Amino acid sequence: MPHIPAFAAVSRTGLNLIVGTLLFASTAIAQAAGPALLNVSYDVAREFYKDYNAAFIKQWKKTTNEDLSINQSHGGSSKQARAVIDGLEADVVTMNQSSDIDAIATRAKLLPVDWAKRLPNNSAPTTSTTVILVRKGNPKGIKDWSDLAKPGVSVVIPNPKITGNGRYTYVAAWGALVKGGATPAQVRETVQKIFANVPVFDGGGRAATTTFAQRNIGDALATFESEVNLIKSEFGDNFDVVYPQWSILAENPVAVIDKVVDKKGTRQQAEAYLKYLWSDEAQEIAAKHQLRPRSAALLAKYAKDFPANKTFTIDEAFGGWSNAQKEHFDDGAIYDQIILAIKK
Amino acid sequence: MIFSRTLLKRHSVLPGFDLALGFTLLYLSFIVLIPLAAAFLKTFTMTWPAFWAAVSSPRVLASYRLTFGASFAAALVNAFFGLIIAWVLVRYEFPFKRLVDALVDLPFALPTAVAGIALTGLYAGNGWIGQWLARVGIKVSFTPLGVFVALTFIGLPFVVRTLQPIIEDIQKELEEAAATLGANRRQTFTRVLFPILTPALLTGFALAFARALGEYGSVIFIAGNMPMVSEITPLLIITKLEQYDYVGATAIAVVMLVAAFAMLLAINLLQAWTRKRQGR
Repeated sequence: MPHIPAFAAVSRTGLNLIVGTLLFASTAIAQAAGPALLNVSYDVAREFYKDYNAAFIKQWKKTTNEDLSINQSHGGSSKQARAVIDGLEADVVTMNQSSDIDAIATRAKLLPVDWAKRLPNNSAPTTSTTVILVRKGNPKGIKDWSDLAKPGVSVVIPNPKITGNGRYTYVAAWGALVKGGATPAQVRETVQKIFANVPVFDGGGRAATTTFAQRNIGDALATFESEVNLIKSEFGDNFDVVYPQWSILAENPVAVIDKVVDKKGTRQQAEAYLKYLWSDEAQEIAAKHQLRPRSAALLAKYAKDFPANKTFTIDEAFGGWSNAQKEHFDDGAIYDQIILAIKK
Repeated sequence: MIFSRTLLKRHSVLPGFDLALGFTLLYLSFIVLIPLAAAFLKTFTMTWPAFWAAVSSPRVLASYRLTFGASFAAALVNAFFGLIIAWVLVRYEFPFKRLVDALVDLPFALPTAVAGIALTGLYAGNGWIGQWLARVGIKVSFTPLGVFVALTFIGLPFVVRTLQPIIEDIQKELEEAAATLGANRRQTFTRVLFPILTPALLTGFALAFARALGEYGSVIFIAGNMPMVSEITPLLIITKLEQYDYVGATAIAVVMLVAAFAMLLAINLLQAWTRKRQGR
């Protein structure tokens, strides 16, 4: 069968091809008569974008008298990015880690590599920060990252190798310890002790929440501030939130996928869709979903939901996600070394 | 040998050997061979040392041990209990038999994530079953034992459903004949019934085993995913993909493919051998 290699060489891998086709087929069916946008997004943004889409559709109808429909696709951030790379026709991507959009730009070349400069605030309309959730009354007296490294404390962190949430926790702890004045060797030792205290490495942020809140495992859970209210409403107010002295500013970047919108003729709608994320209406919706708005006025209005804590960005502390990935999370890099050292 | 026998066969309800084989090859190519060949080709872009490093790091080796070991153990347990269940479902009448029969298929139909979450909850330290086990010091959720439990759950129907038709075909007279010839119950089972069941049992075992090797959805919740301890190989493949390391991911996948294929082939040969020995 000489035709096999030729065919296979054209496709990336057969599996990707099949997955891509299925996803594509399912989105094609969902398309209505008017123009439709596909927003490929990360897992826990589901609730926010549901509300935002309704608001934007209304706004778009008012200004252009056009019926727009918006389809959502949610999943683990990198998994979603891979789907776009492999051919899922996303008009826009809305992620929680810039490295995933970078990957789309560098690997599939569907948008320019300097995409982050096209919109204000590093193209991130909202932010969040990594906080520590503890049991009511904080029985273990956890106040900062270093407390998670103490013997006898157990902390649930999703697997940094496969979840953005886990990676954010790792860089938050690492960066905060550096800000606290620890030497590189001390930082590494403390982070190693923190990860030695992890009983379960869940495969997703929500799975880690279940482990902590429902299965009662661990004294602490590291997660995004934007998840806290949801956890409380789902599992009862049995938790306290600890804001570490320093934490990471998790930016949620968005981008138009140029090659897709030009092909589908949806550039105008897609750009307006993202731009409207900076409107007061959208920023307020974000605040209600516990995502920190960029608007100073709204941040002040919802000040009690967003305590002022000291944050640093990934660019400041690690020189960007691609550096952090290479130095810390790639196979054999610092995170792997730490984990293997724990097991010995 | 089997092939040549098929070639000699002239009369068939299906439209001719050439056409049927053509369809078989085409279908298999599209559904199985091309995707798998693509995985192999992807690894050819690696240098040999890079391939070897990707598939033989200590962490990956630990995951092979867990994945193959737990899958094998789970398939073995399923072969034993699956046989009993199939026997009971075929040979005895009891209330709600149809319902029980349908229950067997549930692991087929249930989304694996649902199974994983349910099992994790049940066997966690504060779960219905887990709390009793915890008292005697047995931890299931978030340990390799949990992986084994999940793999047992998803593999069960394969054994039961392969055995059922075979057991239905065994006529009661066969056992009666054995009895009249002086066989006791144990002899009737080991000498008469078990040999008839062996090929199907091996098939069921192989299917359950193969299914367990590739399982990701349910295991990921119950395993706890501790490096070197409870990481399954499919998780490491996902880990590689998370770094956009497609090549590294396919390298591990290829090792799994080859190993799984070798084992399935061995089981098939074993099955052919037992059939031949029985002169069928």
